[in-house]
Amino acid sequence: MANQETILTVENLGVKFDNNEVLKGLNFFVQKEDVLAIVGPNGSGKSVLFRALLGLVPYSGKIQWASNLKIGYVPQKFNIDKDLPLSVEEFFNFKEEGSEKIMNILKSVGITDEHHIEKHILKQRLGWLSGGQLQRVLIAWSILDNPDVLLFDEPTAGIDIGGEETIYNLLKKLKDKRGFTILLISHDLNIVYKYANNVICINKEMVCFGEPSTVLDPTSLVKLYGGEASFYKHEHEHNH
Amino acid sequence: MAVKLVSINTNMNTIINPLFLQLLVGILIGLGAGYLGSFMILKRMSLVGDVISHVALPGIALALILKINPFLGAFAALFLAIIGIWFLERKTELPSETLVGIFFALSLALGILITPEPELLEALFGDITRTSPVDALITIVLAFVIFFTMFKIYRKLTLSVISKQLAQSIGINVSKISFLFLFLIAIIVALGIKVTGVFLMGALVIVPAAAAKNISLGLTSFTRFAALFGGLSALVGILFANHFNLHSGPIVVLTSGVIFLLTLLFKK
Repeated sequence: MANQETILTVENLGVKFDNNEVLKGLNFFVQKEDVLAIVGPNGSGKSVLFRALLGLVPYSGKIQWASNLKIGYVPQKFNIDKDLPLSVEEFFNFKEEGSEKIMNILKSVGITDEHHIEKHILKQRLGWLSGGQLQRVLIAWSILDNPDVLLFDEPTAGIDIGGEETIYNLLKKLKDKRGFTILLISHDLNIVYKYANNVICINKEMVCFGEPSTVLDPTSLVKLYGGEASFYKHEHEHNH
Repeated sequence: MAVKLVSINTNMNTIINPLFLQLLVGILIGLGAGYLGSFMILKRMSLVGDVISHVALPGIALALILKINPFLGAFAALFLAIIGIWFLERKTELPSETLVGIFFALSLALGILITPEPELLEALFGDITRTSPVDALITIVLAFVIFFTMFKIYRKLTLSVISKQLAQSIGINVSKISFLFLFLIAIIVALGIKVTGVFLMGALVIVPAAAAKNISLGLTSFTRFAALFGGLSALVGILFANHFNLHSGPIVVLTSGVIFLLTLLFKK
């Protein structure tokens, strides 16, 4: 790899909520244009890690981002239901980037038909979009102002965004085209093997960090998921 | 100073048509209540919006007992209530509706008990016929404050409703925005008690906005229709009440109810 510039260093990171240790002793780094996957069982602190990286929760230890980085974030939790009176266009206008840029960004996340975008996407309520369209729109929104890093908290495991493409193909394509770095939380180890060049496994504390093929060995998987490990390992292969 | 104000008041009262004053104050409050109500609904706080006005009564009672302006008493009580709601919001992600419902009902009971009898009816149901030019001036200034502040914060407020984390990640102080918004709610409810009274002011916040939601697809039309319906309810309600010599508060709220029913026919 040409780019070996480290953009994030995390040392001995810990997070406590009311004296309850949610994360402790995390050490890892991220280099430019990495795809770092964060894996771990439910409640292992993955989303908390993101929030700590974004500076939204108090933490101990060190989180050092390279200077002048712009970070995009797709959180797990959205309150978007069908009767939320907000059109897609209004949602994008919150960022004040201009309609041409919005059109381009929607094209880049795979909604290609301009007429369709104008008549059926932008004028529609955000809550009326299908799961896949909403996912694309949220990604488009988060990369609208050209972030250097994208933090992606997988809202639902393995969501089908339509056609042959998965959300991960799309992220990979965007990354290759725009050259940003991705940190993603995933529940699906197949995704990790396929798209990530580094993985950090956490279960409140750090279980492993490194290349997926090297560090995701049976020992760490058992340590991570307990009895569930076999389920994760033998899950079917996706064909794309 | 007080003497001077009173004399200005009486002078102005003879110059300005009282119905005009009532309409001016009523419409401004209707516009503000409707507009803020739309964000109350967006934040899924309909119940809170509906009953928050009940909290004002003990404040009004204390103000009457202490012989200070009832508006200040109402505002002080509402301010305490919004601080309570704000703390609950910070503590949990879910709106703590049960707790709010109980607390607000209790404060209404307490208020009824301690409000001096002669003023009780006016406090409960409002009496816009007693609007003075000074009231109108206060309403104009505060309506301006409400719309100006909302213009500054409505995007941040909406974004923090959609996703608190997303909003925080782009540097929005969710807690501060929420507090500002609730503060404006306290202002409009305290103002509106003159129009509809303690019992019904919450309805003027929620009903026009609920009607607007029926016919709107996006945020802009939702919030504008909500303001429009609030203003329209006040206009029609006050004129109607004036013509038939009825209490205007209930008529204003009933008007908003009629608008709500009509919008059901055009529901999106």
